[in-house]
Amino acid sequence: MSVAIVGVGQTPFSRNCGVSIRELCFEAFREALEDLNLTSKEIDASIICSAPEYDKQRSPAGLISEYLGLTPKPTFYAESICSSSSTGVKVGYSFIKSGLHEIVAVIGFQKMSEISSAEVQERMGRGADTQWESPFGTMMPAGYAMYARAHMQKYGTTEEQLAKIKVKSGKYALLNPLAIFRREITLEECLKARVIASPLKMYDCCANADGASCVIMASEEKARKTTDTPVWVAGIGAASDTLSTTGRSNLTGLTCAVDAAKQAYQMAHLEPKDVDVAEVHDCFTIAEIMAYENLGFCKPSEGGKLIEESQTYIGGKIPVNVDGGLLSKGHPIGATGGSQIRTIVLQLQGRAGKTQVKGAEVGLVHNIGGIGVYGNVTLLRR
Amino acid sequence: MSFDKFGKISYLSETKVADFAKYLEKGKIMATRCNTCGKLYFPPQADCPDDLSTDMTWEKLSGKCKLLTYTTAHFAPAGFQDDVPYTIALAQCEEGVKVYALLSRNINENEICIGMDLKLTPLQFPNGRITYELKKA
Ligand SMILES: [Zn+2]
Repeated sequence: MSVAIVGVGQTPFSRNCGVSIRELCFEAFREALEDLNLTSKEIDASIICSAPEYDKQRSPAGLISEYLGLTPKPTFYAESICSSSSTGVKVGYSFIKSGLHEIVAVIGFQKMSEISSAEVQERMGRGADTQWESPFGTMMPAGYAMYARAHMQKYGTTEEQLAKIKVKSGKYALLNPLAIFRREITLEECLKARVIASPLKMYDCCANADGASCVIMASEEKARKTTDTPVWVAGIGAASDTLSTTGRSNLTGLTCAVDAAKQAYQMAHLEPKDVDVAEVHDCFTIAEIMAYENLGFCKPSEGGKLIEESQTYIGGKIPVNVDGGLLSKGHPIGATGGSQIRTIVLQLQGRAGKTQVKGAEVGLVHNIGGIGVYGNVTLLRR
Repeated sequence: MSFDKFGKISYLSETKVADFAKYLEKGKIMATRCNTCGKLYFPPQADCPDDLSTDMTWEKLSGKCKLLTYTTAHFAPAGFQDDVPYTIALAQCEEGVKVYALLSRNINENEICIGMDLKLTPLQFPNGRITYELKKA
């Protein structure tokens, strides 16, 4: 029995959404149910995903499932920081595959403007191992910057190549009405921007945002009754790596992504060359370059060359992040994975508008939590 | 003394390896070795997940290490904003374990190169707090 994604939804990603978290989730939920032969009462379970350190509400699952009319069906909270909602999709897949539930809603959200910037600064410091690494003043950009430095040293990757990731991101975000930054950006602007954590500069980093996403999953039988355009989950992989930097053996790639991708390809009986369009977790420009290598779109060491040759633009070897990616779309932590899945589902349904990759049949979603701590890779097919 | 003197800012005070701070104050940077399987742990830990052993011995590190990667932070979390820019580094100790620490401010940014020899050294802050840093070897 196959498992399908039948509906997807996403709010605009913005700096300050001006509504409450349940209202934000409602917007994404409503879009996901649009055009489906399905009511909220037919949903058997919901999985609510976010990163709790940004929530004012304790245990948001109850609040959100009530507002979406999903009570008394089971609901709970799933978290793996930035990859929370693709973790939710993996759990939803297991529910349906096991026969426990037939239709599952996965709702991801984050309202990062709900806490003050001082509170954000305070939480930032606690993302690392609080005993042995946080006391040195570390944070997310520093973690990825250390990978960037090692990648540059080992493979000769350049700051220009990193900047070219952002240039591509800006070009496609301009075409995405839901993106937070909708403007093209030049290579010079990227290279002149202020340094955040060397070699990463301002435009090498994604922005915090408010936003929600929703993915409705169904069994094959229910999917056929619900929609004419189901998208099938062909492969799912997940892996972890140490939270500590000292525990890492590979400093030029994310091992959790390599492991997750291997599982997903194997389960789907697909290879990297079969992927027509991909969404990768570009929380930083270096993260996209490593993703090219870790997903097998090119050999390790050749990620910089792949963007240099524009092979990840539409028309290239493998179009990546043609919705603007996290870099320009914004990164509302718990909503990000669902948003990536939405982009791929729309591509496979032929509904991606100006950024449609012609004839896309197989899509890939790479969603990473933390600095390569949690890795989820999902393969979808028309 | 409990562990909460460790680091510029400490986020926890209770740990089975609190003695680490005591040794550090005496100028020794200690790892732990599992007496069952022989694995060396740094940062030190009191428990070995490989064999579930809790029989560990403290063992002094030589401090000799090489730079694996680094970044200079110009933006910092709460409590560190006044310190920017500072350079965070990951180094490989000769004993095989890795260490995460700041590079000494005495090393200029243009002298830093991956693979350079470093010396892991205890550091006392004027306010009595203690940590370790990576100095030029
Ligand atoms: Zn052992």
